Amino acid sequence: MQHPPEHLSGPPSQRRGLTAIDGALALIAILLIVQMWLLTATLEGFLAGHREGVLPAAVISGILLLACFGLYRFVRAVDREARRR
Amino acid sequence: MNPLRVIENRNETGQEPLWREEVSIFAADERYVNRRQFAKFLVLTSAGMFAGNLWILIRSWLTGKAVYPIKPVALVGEIPVGGSRLFTYPGPNDPCILIRPSENEFAAYSQKCTHLSCAVYYAPGKGRFECPCHQGYFSARDGRVLQGPPQRPLPRILLRRQGDRLIAVGVDLQTEGA
Repeated sequence: MQHPPEHLSGPPSQRRGLTAIDGALALIAILLIVQMWLLTATLEGFLAGHREGVLPAAVISGILLLACFGLYRFVRAVDREARRR
Repeated sequence: MNPLRVIENRNETGQEPLWREEVSIFAADERYVNRRQFAKFLVLTSAGMFAGNLWILIRSWLTGKAVYPIKPVALVGEIPVGGSRLFTYPGPNDPCILIRPSENEFAAYSQKCTHLSCAVYYAPGKGRFECPCHQGYFSARDGRVLQGPPQRPLPRILLRRQGDRLIAVGVDLQTEGA
């Protein structure tokens, strides 16, 4: 017998939790890609002698890291809640 | 637990083999990564990106405006018209190339390609520097990129002529408009 996919099995609350976690993971991945681009652009500029963008880039990268960490905490909370049920 | 795994791990008498007690790790379970672990991995990577940005920031704070030495690099008579000469400036690990396109014209540039630091060489007939690694070409007139993957021009070594001596006095990174 074929089992249903993971996101269709389990109780509705667990399914909603999985969807929320997948969404958060996708957001983290997008933020990470932005951070990668920011790092390469900053390094390229720095090596070319442009130092004016270094501080804003570090600040924005820190904000992105905080956002990623917030999403990770959200994933943990949803996961814990789903397991409790 | 996977029933197949149980069957595989039991011997003919139905008992678990001795090695199973000694090696109680399932490779498949070890390789399994759940969403929470994956999220943690992504966040740690994000922290790595932030650390990289911080490193660049600290480097830019620590390295102030460079002070270049005054250093004789060649005698005028040592370089034929259309010829070139290698030297190092400002440090012993900074290779540079001095060229003489015409009788009274001298120019010097860093020999490191601004793409991946391969050594460029002078092609006098074409009036350009060529990087053999990825076919990056730079103008011998001003060091700007003519073609290829480099994004920045070659740093120009500032020269001063004192009699028959050529003296390097500084480096122009040529970042304006780059």
